[in-house]
Amino acid sequence: MSVVVTGLGVAAPTGLGVDAYWANTLAGAGALDRISRFDPSSYPARLAGEIRDFVAEEHLPGRLLPQTDRMTRLALVAADWAFADARLVPSELADYDIGVITASHSGGFEFGQNELRALWSKGGQYVSAYQSFAWFYAVNSGQISIRNGLRGPSSVVVSDQAGGLDAVAQARRQIRNGTSVVLAGAVDASICPWGWVAQLTSGRLSEHDDPRRAYLPFDEDAAGHVPGEGGALLVLEDQQHATARGAHVYGEIAGHASTMDPPPGSDRAPTLQKAIQRALADAGAVADEIGVVFADAAAVPELDRAEAEAVTKVFGPRGVPVTAPKTGTGRLYSGAAPLDLAAALLSLRDGVIPPTVNTRPSERYELDLVTGAPRRADLKAALVIARGHGGFNSAVVVRAPEPT
Amino acid sequence: MTNRRVVITGVGVTAPGTPGVKNFWDLLTAGRTATRRISFFDPSPFRSQVAAEVDFDAELHGLGPQEVRRMDRAAQFAVVTARQAVEDSGLEFSSVDPGRVGVTIGSAVGATMGLDQEYRTVSDGGRLELVDHRYAVPHLYNYLAPSSFATEVAWAVGAEGPSTVVSTGCTSGLDAIGYATDVIREGSADVMVAGATDAPISPITVACFDAIKATTPRNDDPEHASRPFDASRNGFVLGEGAAVFVLEELESALARGAKVYAEVAGYATRSNAFHMTGLKPDGREMAEAIRVALAQARLNPEDIDYVNAHGSGTRQNDRHETAAFKRSLGEHAYRVPVSSIKSMVGHSLGAIGSIEVAASVLAMQHDVVPPTANLHDPDPECDLDYVPLVARDWRTDAVLSVGSGFGGFQSAVVLTDPGRVRS
Repeated sequence: MSVVVTGLGVAAPTGLGVDAYWANTLAGAGALDRISRFDPSSYPARLAGEIRDFVAEEHLPGRLLPQTDRMTRLALVAADWAFADARLVPSELADYDIGVITASHSGGFEFGQNELRALWSKGGQYVSAYQSFAWFYAVNSGQISIRNGLRGPSSVVVSDQAGGLDAVAQARRQIRNGTSVVLAGAVDASICPWGWVAQLTSGRLSEHDDPRRAYLPFDEDAAGHVPGEGGALLVLEDQQHATARGAHVYGEIAGHASTMDPPPGSDRAPTLQKAIQRALADAGAVADEIGVVFADAAAVPELDRAEAEAVTKVFGPRGVPVTAPKTGTGRLYSGAAPLDLAAALLSLRDGVIPPTVNTRPSERYELDLVTGAPRRADLKAALVIARGHGGFNSAVVVRAPEPT
Repeated sequence: MTNRRVVITGVGVTAPGTPGVKNFWDLLTAGRTATRRISFFDPSPFRSQVAAEVDFDAELHGLGPQEVRRMDRAAQFAVVTARQAVEDSGLEFSSVDPGRVGVTIGSAVGATMGLDQEYRTVSDGGRLELVDHRYAVPHLYNYLAPSSFATEVAWAVGAEGPSTVVSTGCTSGLDAIGYATDVIREGSADVMVAGATDAPISPITVACFDAIKATTPRNDDPEHASRPFDASRNGFVLGEGAAVFVLEELESALARGAKVYAEVAGYATRSNAFHMTGLKPDGREMAEAIRVALAQARLNPEDIDYVNAHGSGTRQNDRHETAAFKRSLGEHAYRVPVSSIKSMVGHSLGAIGSIEVAASVLAMQHDVVPPTANLHDPDPECDLDYVPLVARDWRTDAVLSVGSGFGGFQSAVVLTDPGRVRS
């Protein structure tokens, strides 16, 4: 059974909504900048990809605001946009025939920060009545389910930055089990002092102050990444259901695989290459079919090398165009891969590969990295790669819809 | 979906009281309770001062000092319990392709205890809004991202297949098993180390449940504070712990002569799309999850020998759930024994679903159903057979275990004894 994507909802630092995001991404826009939401002067990393044009009050009822973290507000709006884009009204589906599966990286961390502060500075009785759910990892699925009346199978996965693809894979399983539609993806945001301090301990944040030189995957000067906020939610649908209602199809979720790397210091090989090969096999695809790879693009030299090796072993040196538009948004944690998935589907639709911004590709990686201007290409399928801190690898193959 | 069937071949439990499967089962069948006044911190400022704590000594359970330092208590539970399950399964992991072994760990609140402690440090007791990174512990990222639980378990057992944390609030422990079962059925792995962990007995968690009066204020009688289905119930008792299982594809388990505890014959989850914490009294969505899980297992309601209830002991839950059983099981709801082990081990949020599956598996193994402790005076609206106070000898070949959680999630798992049940 085929599972297809019929709607996209995007909330990215480079654009709110699919059209704005895609136009800016093709134009090579960059949204990395000095953090504006708190004073970052005292921290060794000071840049982020913030969403600056989002006003929650314009999109959501006032009663939802006190009980939601920023990431939940963004997710609720991205869900609305995804359903609108799919021209799908959830209440018109049969009971239990539509669910929502999101990934989360660290929950509503800013909400949690504020309540921890209330607890330790003032006392337990000052902790919000909403704390019991507003910060936890399941909150986006729960709130999206309530707002849209989604009563089918829903879930939440947490696998660091690979989680967004794992959520899509779990949505595909549920559709194959008989649910017609599942909204899947992730929207993350934890740009607050407490989240920042916790992220710093990963040792992977860029300490550069020049937004154009801070996040440079596959570059000789790579020295960590810049975090961002946002992500994407995708309407996944049983193909027959989509066809029956005459829906526009962006493409098919054709293959997926995920793996776990052995621990540091192990003599066993890393497993990203296996994840890619299994995703291809799951899609029934050969490497030649893949017209573009959306890279994870960690911008940590050792991790860039591992990813480049996996890609070149499967596709050959400079064997496939590779891109990382997340250089313009920063890494959106679990939101990053669903946003790449949206970009991959738009690439398939328009026959164009968006560029990686700022990076001057190092020869040593032997990648055909698309930089500068977008590149025209006749694309049949794309591969999206996501990796998470702690050994997570996930890969998804999307295929362009059959011409009708 | 393929026809691959999934069975449980290894069980590990770290439950309140003394860790270990045998201690857990002894506690349940004796009808003893592990609820007591909170000892981890001074609970006096809080409305609810009772919890079910695990007497856990990490080093005694084989964790090295480095592991103890870098892991939150919930991660420690997960690793120790996963090792128990693997050992119990008798599966030689060295003889299996690690790429065919995955990990699914459920957790509702991740490294809450570690985050609470570390926030207090970097904020100088809540004084600093711009918290100070110079006081952050090096492994704080692992608390930020609870996916670290799946990593720790995978690295402890040598898994290189699909690995993730499933976090659906208080149904996480059932949903993690459902997720792992789906992954094996799909063919993406042959073995999954799956279960759930939580260690939420921390000031921030106690405070947040105080704020909505979800936990009991019965502080003068901690041993009898968790009272599911009783007319006097007034909230749940926070717990902690973990249960982890080895799940295997049936044919390969049989081929290696594995001890098969149970088949995960059916699983479903539905959402009430109603309220983040509230429940409608009709139990409609939980009933639907039960109906679908039974259909997947190809069982009729009459085939279920025991129902392991969510039975949290809040006013609304126990009525909601009773209604769901009547709606899904019909007349059989009045005949089948139903019990809540939360009366004895409290409510460990995301972990409890897996701990309850462990109780269900042990009920099948021993043909004994655990009781609902502290049930002296049933709520008139809770009029089923809740096995009050005393465990019951009862032939148990098929069990239904359910969960209900914040966010509206309602999940059901059906377990069968593949040797005794035709399915």
